[in-house]
Amino acid sequence: MNWNFVRLWTVLVYLFMFLPVAVVVLLSFNANQFGSFPITGFSFRWFYELASNDAILRAFKTSLLLGTLTAIISTTLGVLASLALVRYKVPGSNFISTLLIAPILVPEVVLAVALLLFLNFLSIHKSFFMLLMGHVIFTLPFVVLVVQARLIGIRRDVEEAAMSLGATPIQTFFQITLPLLAPAVFAGMLFAFTISFDDITGTLFWKPGGVETVPTQIFAMLRNSISPEINALGSVMIFFTVGVPLIGAAIARRLANKQGR
Amino acid sequence: MSIEKREARQPWILLSPALTSIALLLIIPLLFIVVYSFWLRTATGADQVGFYLDNWHEVLTDEFYRDILLQTLRIAAITTIVCALMGYPAAYFIARSNGNKAILLLLLMLPFWISYIIRTMSWINILGVSGAFNTFLVGIGLIDEPLQMLYNEVTVILGLVHFLLPFMVLNVYVSLEDIDQNLEDASCSLGATRWQSFLEVTLPLSLPGLAAGGLLCFVLGAGTYITPVILGGPRDAMFANLVFEAIITQLDWPLGSVLSLVLIAVLGSIVLLYNRFLGMRQLMKGLG
Repeated sequence: MNWNFVRLWTVLVYLFMFLPVAVVVLLSFNANQFGSFPITGFSFRWFYELASNDAILRAFKTSLLLGTLTAIISTTLGVLASLALVRYKVPGSNFISTLLIAPILVPEVVLAVALLLFLNFLSIHKSFFMLLMGHVIFTLPFVVLVVQARLIGIRRDVEEAAMSLGATPIQTFFQITLPLLAPAVFAGMLFAFTISFDDITGTLFWKPGGVETVPTQIFAMLRNSISPEINALGSVMIFFTVGVPLIGAAIARRLANKQGR
Repeated sequence: MSIEKREARQPWILLSPALTSIALLLIIPLLFIVVYSFWLRTATGADQVGFYLDNWHEVLTDEFYRDILLQTLRIAAITTIVCALMGYPAAYFIARSNGNKAILLLLLMLPFWISYIIRTMSWINILGVSGAFNTFLVGIGLIDEPLQMLYNEVTVILGLVHFLLPFMVLNVYVSLEDIDQNLEDASCSLGATRWQSFLEVTLPLSLPGLAAGGLLCFVLGAGTYITPVILGGPRDAMFANLVFEAIITQLDWPLGSVLSLVLIAVLGSIVLLYNRFLGMRQLMKGLG
């Protein structure tokens, strides 16, 4: 391939990915009372309005709690399952792996319907708990993939050495394996958190009436029109979902570097 | 209990929380909607338990459903092709550049983290009547009146490409990274031009990554619900919109079950075909 053409093409692809997002950030500082062009001046006004919007603040709290719990539960399940698949000979391990990543391959709408109808059949009504279960099930595959990849890279010898020196398997896990696995555990949790924080399709099916997460709140607000507040909220979300993982990745890298020494 | 037996039990203890969750929250619910699809919603709004084929008959024979299914598959297919055409050269650039690959990849991952609904909505800021593009065109005097560019099939595809492109680039990148670069050099030293060596060596070797990226783009695109609602017009509904309508709006759960099963049957058979020829391992490589 012609290298200059490829380079130009790549620049265009990156522009395509980033320009729309940049426009959201740009417009969130627009003084204009409509959430669109022309830009009439620079203002923090919409961020203030956002901070005093109860519905949005409530949605933020819900999303934070939901994302955090999802991350903790699905990472715990994912780490345990990955340990079994990588460290033991399990009959049918290929099948089990496929089963664990199946939630990615089932269309989210179908997964949402199935879970909704099944829990309703059991007379379990829509609740925060049900929403949480739903989020756990479709973040699990990502955790399993990340953790497994890292676990394969950790040499078995280290664990065996610890055990031959008298450590119990549980001691070995907490003092040897888990610290080595920390970057992947961390990455898995971040993954689960951001996927949960961002999810909308499943959430629309599972959320109890009156409960909104940030994405469903935005979705509801979009039915009217794009208000400048949505752009401001978009900017905050972009900071949250990009800034937080970037800081997280920096921490994970430091953790990994420490181990290297 | 002997030590061997205990050893053999340990992995199952570790696996049981995850497998129980998958069984309770995915497998059994999926089997359950099969049962539900044979029930009937009566005029009173209650479900009549039994074995009725009415819903199946309606969905499989009514042209309305068939047309929307075909429309969904067409939109997903076009999206996948556009993603491949845009994504392959970009992935090639990242894999073969001497610069900082980590930064380039990180930049590509960033949109993944930016909220899907924000990214979808951002196109209204670009293409809307008072969006960036119209403002620009009016500003330079090319048009007098803003154009109506939103709410059609093209904008739905645009939104989907914006959402799915990183999946394509990552998968192609992973398979390009696996190719020994000496192969290209060797074919060049044997007289092939750069272009020939790309077409005959690199491209065929990267096809598994292209296929994995394509599968993800297609399946995720065809199952989407939000993009057509935000960026499409009234006639651009996709199959997932029908499911949502049936379940949440009309509360016709048996009909919704049938529609869900049709969607999963169509997309599932594509995943199975992929698995038959390429295997899941490739997909896991790209996702991990």
